[in-house]
Amino acid sequence: MKRTLFALLLITTLLIGFACERRGAGNNGGSTGPIVVGYYGDLSGRTSSFGQSTKNGAEMAADEINKAGGINGRTVQIVTEDDQGEPNKAATVVTKLINQDKVIALLGEVASSNSLAAAPKAQEAKVPMISPSSTNPQVTQVGDYIFRVCFIDPFQGEVMAKFSANNLHAKKAAILYDFNSDYSRGLYQFFKRSFTSLGGQIVSEQSYTQGDRDFSGQLTAIRAANPDVIYVPGYYGEVGVISNQKKQLGIKAPLLGGDGWDAPQLWQLGGSSLDGNYISNHYSVDDPSPAIQKFVADYKARYNILPDALAALGYDAMKVLADAIKRAGTTENVKLRDAIAQTQNFQGVTGRISIDKDRNAVKPAVVLKLQNMKFVYETTISPEGTPVTSASPNTGTSSASTGTTAPPAPPTKAASPAQ
Amino acid sequence: MDTFVQQLINGLNVGAIYALIALGYTMVYGILRLINFAHGDVYMVGAFTGYFIALQLGLAAGGPSLVSLTIVLLGSMFVAAVVGMIIERFAYRPVRKYSRMTTLIMAIGVSLLIENLFVARIGAAPRAFPDFLGSQSQLPYRLFGNAAISKAQIIIFLVSIALMVLLQWIVFKTKVGTAMRAVSFNLNSAKLMGINTDLIISLTFAIGSALAAAGGVLTAQYNPNIDPLMGILTGLKAFVAAVLGGIGNIPGAVLGGLLIGAAETFVVGYGYHIGIASTYRDAVAFAILILVLLLRPSGLLGSTVQEKV
Repeated sequence: MKRTLFALLLITTLLIGFACERRGAGNNGGSTGPIVVGYYGDLSGRTSSFGQSTKNGAEMAADEINKAGGINGRTVQIVTEDDQGEPNKAATVVTKLINQDKVIALLGEVASSNSLAAAPKAQEAKVPMISPSSTNPQVTQVGDYIFRVCFIDPFQGEVMAKFSANNLHAKKAAILYDFNSDYSRGLYQFFKRSFTSLGGQIVSEQSYTQGDRDFSGQLTAIRAANPDVIYVPGYYGEVGVISNQKKQLGIKAPLLGGDGWDAPQLWQLGGSSLDGNYISNHYSVDDPSPAIQKFVADYKARYNILPDALAALGYDAMKVLADAIKRAGTTENVKLRDAIAQTQNFQGVTGRISIDKDRNAVKPAVVLKLQNMKFVYETTISPEGTPVTSASPNTGTSSASTGTTAPPAPPTKAASPAQ
Repeated sequence: MDTFVQQLINGLNVGAIYALIALGYTMVYGILRLINFAHGDVYMVGAFTGYFIALQLGLAAGGPSLVSLTIVLLGSMFVAAVVGMIIERFAYRPVRKYSRMTTLIMAIGVSLLIENLFVARIGAAPRAFPDFLGSQSQLPYRLFGNAAISKAQIIIFLVSIALMVLLQWIVFKTKVGTAMRAVSFNLNSAKLMGINTDLIISLTFAIGSALAAAGGVLTAQYNPNIDPLMGILTGLKAFVAAVLGGIGNIPGAVLGGLLIGAAETFVVGYGYHIGIASTYRDAVAFAILILVLLLRPSGLLGSTVQEKV
C-alpha cells in the first residue's frame, strides 16, 4: 500500500514537473506563424451577454488587423474559452490557454471576480493579461503582467456621486449592492465615500446576492428612508428586476448604476420601468466622432446589433495589445509586457487610453440616461487633471433630457472628481 | 406602519408562491413517502413553458393582456402536469418497490438531469418573461400612507387562493380525492379496495406539478427573470415550507409557505436594524428547517399520527 502511494506521488510529481517544463517553453512563443491570443469570458452563464459582446469586439479587431496585413507580417488568431462566469472555471480555462494553446497574451475577463481568480495564473506563468472591462482596483494589483483598458471603480463610483450631487442635486442617497460581487462592493464603497465627502448623506444601505429574485423587502426599507437617488451598482440580470419592482412599489427616486447594466437583456427585463435612470459607462454610441461612428457601423453590419460598451472595450483591448506587439517587435513576454505598460495616448473607441504606473487606463467616463429603451448621452466626467477628450455631446438628445429631468444643471458639463 | 404592512404584503406575495410549490412536495410525500427533489425543477419547467408558449403564439408581442396570461398559465400548467406524470412513470415507478433511499437518489438524479438538460439546450443566461400585467409601466394601487399593492401582487394572491381552494375541493369532495386519501393511508389496502393506485399516484404528480407551474408563471409576472437554475433555491425553500407546516399536510404546506415568505422578507426589511444583513435571508429559511426538525419534527400542523393528504 505504502509503495503504491509512493509510486503515485512520484508520478504526480513528474507530471507536474513536465507541465511546468511545457509551460516555460510555450511562453516565449515562436517568431513565425500566427500570433495566438487567448480570450476567456462568460459565454453561457448568467452574465453571458458580457462575454459574448467582448468576444465580438475582440474578434472584429483581430479581423481588421489581419485584413490590414497583420502585425509585423504575422496574423492574429484568437483562441476562445468559456468560463461560464464562474471564478474557479476562469482560473481553469486560463491555465488551459497558457499550457495547451501556448497563448502569448490573454484578453479577459469582464467581471472583476473572474479576473481576480484568473489573473494569478497569468502572473505566475508571466503571460501578459489585458482585462477589457474589470473595474475593481485589485485586478491589476495581482502583478506586473496584469493590465486593463478601462477606468477603475474609485473613479466610476466618484463619477456617479459627483453626478448625483452636482447635476441631480441629490442630498440623500440609498444603496442596494450585490453582496458577493467584488465589482459591486467596490463601487458601493467608492460611491459612499465620494457622496458623503460632497456633503450628501447615505440614508439606507441594502444588499442582495446574484440570483436573488425578490427585492421588494430591500426596496420597501429604502422607500421608508425616502432617498433622492438609489445607487444600484449591480449587473443587468438583477437590475432589470429591481427596476421593475421599484416601479411596483411606487418609488419615484431614480436608480443610478454603472457599466454592469449595459446589456440588451436589461431592456427585456426592465422595459419601460427603466426610464429616467442613469448609468456611468465607457462610451456612448451617440458620440458623433467619425472613429466611433465607423466602429458602430462596422459592428452593426457584422453582428446586426448595436455595440455595447463591453464590445467597444473588447475591441480596444485587442487593438492595444496589437499596438504593443508592433512596438515591441516580438511576442516575447517581458518585452511585450513593457510595451503594453508604455502605451500612451492610444486613440481607442472608448477614449484616449494611457496606461498608468498601476497598469490601469486613465480615461473619462460618460453618464447615460435610460430613456425609451435606449441609453442617451447625458454628460462626460473626466479624471482629475485630464481634459475632456472623447464623447462630445450629441446636442439634440442631451439638451432635451437635461431640460426635462435634471433640475437646473450647472453649466459645466465636465465635473472633475475630487481626490 | 405603512412600511410594516408593505413588508407583510411583500412577504405573503413570496410566500404564496412557496405555498403553491410546497403543496406538490406535501402531496407526493403524503402518498409515496417520497421527497420529490425534482419538484423545484418542475416549477422552472413551468415558467419556461409559459415563456415559450407566449413566444410561439406571439402573445409576448401583444402587450399586457389578462387573456394572454390566462392562456399561458393554463398551457404551462397542462404541460407541467404531463411532465410530472412522465417523471413519475419513468423514474419513480420502476424503483418504487425498492428502498426509500433508492427513490430519494433517483429524485436527486432527475432534478440534476432536468437542470442540466435545460442549461445545455437553452443556456444559463436569464431570460425575460413577457409582462402581461403592465407591471413595467403601471404604478401600484395605493392602500394608505406609502403602502401600496401592485396588479401583479393582486393577481398572484387571487390565483393562488383560487388554486388552493380548488385543490381542497378536489381532495375532499371528489372521488379522485377520496382515492388519493385512501392511497395515502395505505397503498396496499387501497389497491385491495379496487383503487387504481398507479393512476392515482400519477394524478397526484400531475396536480402537484400543475400547481408548481402556476407558481412559476405567476412569479414571473412580478420578477420576469427566469433561468434553468431558478428552481433550486426556490424548490428547497418550498420544501422547508412543507416541513414547517407538517409534511403530508395540505393546509400545513400553505401555512408553511406563507410563514417562510414573510420570515424572509422581514429579515431583509428589518434585519439591518439588529445587524443582520439582508443576505442572511436564505440562511434564515434553513435555520427554520433545523429548528423545526429539532423542536417539532412533525411540523406546525402535523400530528404524531400523521394525517396524510
